[in-house]
Amino acid sequence: MKLVSAIIKPFKLDDVRESLSDIGVQGITVTEVKGFGRQKGHTELYRGAEYVVDFLPKVKIEVAINDDLLDQVIEAVSKAANTGKIGDGKIFIFDVEQAIRIRTGESGPEAL
Amino acid sequence: MQENIFELQYAIDTFYFLVSGALVMWMAAGFAMLESGLVRTKNTTEILTKNVALYAISCIMYMVCGYYIMYGGDMFLANIALDGADNADAVTASVLKASAEAGFDGDSVYSDASDFFFQVVFVATAMSIVSGAVAERMKLWAFLLFAVVMTGFIYPMEGSWTWGGNDVFGMYNLGDMGFSDFAGSGIVHMAGAMAALAGVILLGARKGKYGPNGEVHPIPGANLPLATLGTFILWMGWFGFNGGSVLKLGDVASANSVAMVFLNTNAAAAAGAVAAMILARLMFGKTDLTMVLNGALAGLVAITAEPSTPSPLVASMIGAVGGLIVVGSILFMDKLKIDDPVGAISVHGTVGIWGLLAVPLTNDGASYTGQIAGIFTIGIWVFVVSFITWMIIKMIMGIRVSEEEEYEGLDLADCGMEAYPEFVSAK
Repeated sequence: MKLVSAIIKPFKLDDVRESLSDIGVQGITVTEVKGFGRQKGHTELYRGAEYVVDFLPKVKIEVAINDDLLDQVIEAVSKAANTGKIGDGKIFIFDVEQAIRIRTGESGPEAL
Repeated sequence: MQENIFELQYAIDTFYFLVSGALVMWMAAGFAMLESGLVRTKNTTEILTKNVALYAISCIMYMVCGYYIMYGGDMFLANIALDGADNADAVTASVLKASAEAGFDGDSVYSDASDFFFQVVFVATAMSIVSGAVAERMKLWAFLLFAVVMTGFIYPMEGSWTWGGNDVFGMYNLGDMGFSDFAGSGIVHMAGAMAALAGVILLGARKGKYGPNGEVHPIPGANLPLATLGTFILWMGWFGFNGGSVLKLGDVASANSVAMVFLNTNAAAAAGAVAAMILARLMFGKTDLTMVLNGALAGLVAITAEPSTPSPLVASMIGAVGGLIVVGSILFMDKLKIDDPVGAISVHGTVGIWGLLAVPLTNDGASYTGQIAGIFTIGIWVFVVSFITWMIIKMIMGIRVSEEEEYEGLDLADCGMEAYPEFVSAK
């Protein structure tokens, strides 16, 4: 089992969710996050003075999946979240030791 | 028949005063919304508390001694109900006598109680101006203590020299010198701004506003919809502020004057907003909403000193100049490191001075000598006495919250509650 954690542009969330559903992903977790990468921050203006916003708003999605879905998930997220411009985000992949469905007590891939 | 008409005129002029006063009272809501929109969420409860409390304190202090200092009569408005007469019949008789002397289209005759009600909301307006400028770092109770002195003494004194018609410490009379301030660009707005300026100088800037080399770090307001709502409320209340200051509605000439005042007040606000919007766009490359809001208010302050004599075009120009001045003034204040979160000192002070100077353009009864004498008299009096008052409060209890309290927000430090507890943490 793998956990795919992807940081994406907030306006791409719907596209990513749809393409993950299309390949059979059963559920995702979404968090609003802030941070910076190579895009750095940007400047805003208030009453004539500029100021730098260091941390930009992004969306983090987390998907726990069976190993055989991994390549498809990576492809789906990469395609759906891609704009070709700086700041599109990153995908991180972790091994998952165990998964348990709380309601039934099922564990392993059945719990996903 | 003539007596009935005089009674009716008395009734309509009194009623007009009361409705205008109610409109001006609503400006307290405008200030509260404008200020809570332009501060950070962690200072929202405190600034709302301050706005309600200062309105209430103004009403009490003006009742206790403010009106007495400004216009005479009795402390605590002891005999105001019967206009100083012995019984209700005597009131009617004296009203009819005064009306007959003044004539149908002469000076306004109205109830003293309605005059108090109309005047008291102006005091609250002057005090509201202070609250925005010292926001986000002043101790609540230090501010409220100052409000007592400002509304019970500082404002009524300068009011007595101007609208009250008294000599300045028996030395000279502003009215005789040709000073004219129709609804209070100077008496209310500049006075409030001067008290605020004295406070801000003693208080210092918010932590983090200015860098060591004079760079400005903006602290954006939390809720621009509220700031916009507040501006519209003020704009509406201003029709009572200026319109009511005609003092009379009950004859053709006065009714026309009221209509012109409404028209000009609105025109100046519109022109001020547009002028500030264009200037901000040209200077910054973006259309800064907060500057547009300040521009509308600047137009209103500018026309307040004389809304009845200018033509609509001239009124628009006076408002537009106000809108241009306010943008420059706000930037200039930041250069001086005078930290004013809502721009109150610029809107009401700098533009208030412009409003007074614009009076002789259209009003032959006013002179530049009188206007300048008025600016200095009101400005120096309010600034110096306010400065001393702030100093004394500072020595007794301090006027600024601790650095840690400022960081955590005045909501927790002063009020112990947050305005938006669901989605704001204490940090």
